[in-house]
Amino acid sequence: MTGTPRKKWTGYGSIYTLPLVAWFTLFFLVPLLVIVLFSFLEADIDGGVLPRFSAAAFAGLAKPRILRLFFNTIWVSVASTAITIVMALPCAYYMARARNKTMLLILVIIPFWTNFIIRVFAWKSILESNGVVNSALMGLGIVSNPLPLEHNWIAVIVINVYTFLTYAILPLFSTIEKFDFTLLEAARDLGATKLQAVFKVLLPNVRAGIVTAVFFTFIPLLGSFVVQQLIGTKDMYMLGNEINDNIYKYFDWPSAYALAVVLMMLANVGLVFVMRSDRRQAKVLGARRVDDTDEDGEAGSGGAG
Amino acid sequence: MKGATIDIRGISKAFGSFTALNDVSLDIRKGEFFSLLGPSGCGKTTLLRIIGGFEEPDRGAVEIDGRDVLPLPPNMRFANTVFQNYALFPHLSVYENVAFPLRLKGTRRKSLDELVMYYLRLVELDAHAAKMPSMLSGGQKQRVAIARALINQPSVLLLDEPLSALDAKLRHHMLMELDAIHDKVGITFVYVTHDQSEALSVSDRIAVMDHGDVLQVGAPREIYESPSTSFVAQFIGETNMIDGIIESAGGRWYVVDSSGIGRVAVSDPRGYRVGDRVTLTIRPERLRIMPRGQQAPAEANVFEGRVDESVYSGFHSKYYVRVAGDRVLRVFRQHGEQDEGEDIAWNDSVRVSWSPRDAHIVGGPGK
Repeated sequence: MTGTPRKKWTGYGSIYTLPLVAWFTLFFLVPLLVIVLFSFLEADIDGGVLPRFSAAAFAGLAKPRILRLFFNTIWVSVASTAITIVMALPCAYYMARARNKTMLLILVIIPFWTNFIIRVFAWKSILESNGVVNSALMGLGIVSNPLPLEHNWIAVIVINVYTFLTYAILPLFSTIEKFDFTLLEAARDLGATKLQAVFKVLLPNVRAGIVTAVFFTFIPLLGSFVVQQLIGTKDMYMLGNEINDNIYKYFDWPSAYALAVVLMMLANVGLVFVMRSDRRQAKVLGARRVDDTDEDGEAGSGGAG
Repeated sequence: MKGATIDIRGISKAFGSFTALNDVSLDIRKGEFFSLLGPSGCGKTTLLRIIGGFEEPDRGAVEIDGRDVLPLPPNMRFANTVFQNYALFPHLSVYENVAFPLRLKGTRRKSLDELVMYYLRLVELDAHAAKMPSMLSGGQKQRVAIARALINQPSVLLLDEPLSALDAKLRHHMLMELDAIHDKVGITFVYVTHDQSEALSVSDRIAVMDHGDVLQVGAPREIYESPSTSFVAQFIGETNMIDGIIESAGGRWYVVDSSGIGRVAVSDPRGYRVGDRVTLTIRPERLRIMPRGQQAPAEANVFEGRVDESVYSGFHSKYYVRVAGDRVLRVFRQHGEQDEGEDIAWNDSVRVSWSPRDAHIVGGPGK
C-alpha cells in the first residue's frame, strides 16, 4: 500500500548468460584447470598422472631440442601470419568493393567444406616428387628430375597461408565493407598518393579487422602440427608436434600439459599486448561522445554572428 | 594564388546507357561563387567529380587557369573538395584532420601549427582542436571539412551539397558562413546544390542543369526574372505557365491561350513570330489581386475569377484563383506592402492583373 513504486529488478542479463557460463565452466575452465594441475604432477609410466607434485615437466622444457621447437613455432607462425594478412587485405578490399559480394564470399568459403586433413593430402599430391607439378614439368621436358617441392619450410608456410587465408579474409572483409570509401577520395583530394591513402587512412580505420585476422591466424598456428607432420620433416616440428608426441608416443602427459601451458601463455602475451594498445585507442575515440543531434555549439556561434 | 578560372569544354559522360553529362561547356570566372543547380540525376555532382578528378569524362576538356587538368590525379589539381558527408578521418582528431594535407607535404612543425590554428579559427573551431570527429555536431564536422579543404590553399574549392545533411536553420547559418569564408579567402567556389534558395542567395552566377544539359547560366536575378526555359522557370521558385499561340494586333503582341484564359498581352515577342506556339511564365508575386468591386488598374491583363484556395503564411499569402476556362493562377501577396484595406478570402470574386512586362516567353510548350 505504499506509494513508492518498487524498483524493477534488472538482473535478467545474468540469467540469459547462465547457459553459456555453465558451458564454458564445464568444458573450458575445468579442463584448463586440469591441464595446469596435471602439468605439475608426476607422469605415470603408461600415460596419465600420479598424484605427486613434480616440476619435472617444466624443468624438461629447458632442453636445446625444445628451445628449437619454440624458435620454429614462433618464426613459422609469425611468417605465415604476416604473409596471410598481406595476401588477405587486397583480397578482402576487392571483395568489399565488388558488386557480387555474396558470390565471392561463397567462393572463398567453399574450399572449407572439405576436411582439413584431406586438403593437406591434396597439397601433398600436388607437391610430391611424382605429384601434379613435377609430372607436368617433367612431361613438358622443363626439368629432368623432380623438384624437391615437399619437405621444406616453404611448403609448410604455403599450406599454412592457404589454410588460414579464409579466416583472415572474413573479418577483414566485414570490417572493410563498413569502411567509408569516400575517405580514400578525401585523402587523394588532400594530396595523398594512392599508397599514402591506403596506409594513412584505410589501414588505421580497419585496424580492428586486422587485429581479429591476426588472432584467427596466429593463435591456431602456434599449436598446429598436422602440416609439419605430413608435408615437412622432423626438423620442422613445432610445439604442437611435441605435445602430440608426448601424449601418443611417450605417454608423458605432464610434459604435454606443461608445453600447452607455456603455449597458452605465449598466445596470451600477444593478446594482452594488442588489447592494451587497442584500449588506449578506444579511450581517445570513445571519450565524451557528443550526441549527433546536439547542436549547442551552433546555437552559440549563431547568436554571435 | 588566389582563385582560378575553370574552363569546361564539351564534357560528356555516360554511365552505361545513362547519359550523365551531354556536351557541357562552362566558363567559371576567377574568384567566383559559382553554383551548379539542378534536380538529382541532372549531372551536377558528376561534373564536380570530373573537375575534382574522381571521374573521367568520355569527351571534353577541363582547364584550371588555362592548364589541362584531366591527365592529373586528384592530388595534383589545385582544387580541393568538401564532401557531402564531410569525409572526416574518424581515426584522427580535428587538429590532425586539418593538418593531414600538411603532414603529407612534410610542412615544418611550427608553420604547420600556425596554419592549422589559422584555419581552425577561420571556421571558429580552434577550441575543439583536440576533439575526435565523432564528438562533433553536424555543423562542426562541416566546418572541419571546410578548414581541411582550404589549408592547402587551393585556387578552387569544390563543394558537393555540403549542407544537405544539416537541418534547415543550421543550413541557413552555414550558408552565410560559407559566403563569408568565400569573401575572406577569395578563391573560386564551385557549389553543387539542388536547393534553389541556397543557390540564389549566395551565388555570383548559377548554371541550371537538367538531364545532363546546362539550360541557363546567369546571375541569380537573371535566372529568376528571365528564365530561358519553362524548366528553369518552374525549378527556380513558383510560377504560372500559360501555353498559347503568338498573335499581333494594332501594334501590340499577344499570346492566345486557346484552352484557357484567352488573350494575354506581352511586351516583347522575343523573336517569335505570329503563329508560333510558345509558353509564357509569370511569377506569382508579379500578379496583383483585388476584390471585384474595386477599380481595375489600367493594365492590359485583367482577369476575373474566384478564389479557390487561400493560404496564409505569415509575411505573405498565397491565393489560387480560378479564372476563365478552369485555369488556376497563383498569386502571392506580401502583407504590409500593398494596403488593400480588406482581406480576400476563399470563394471571393476577385480581379487578377499583371503588367505585360512581367510575362516572359520561355519557348514552345514542352521545351
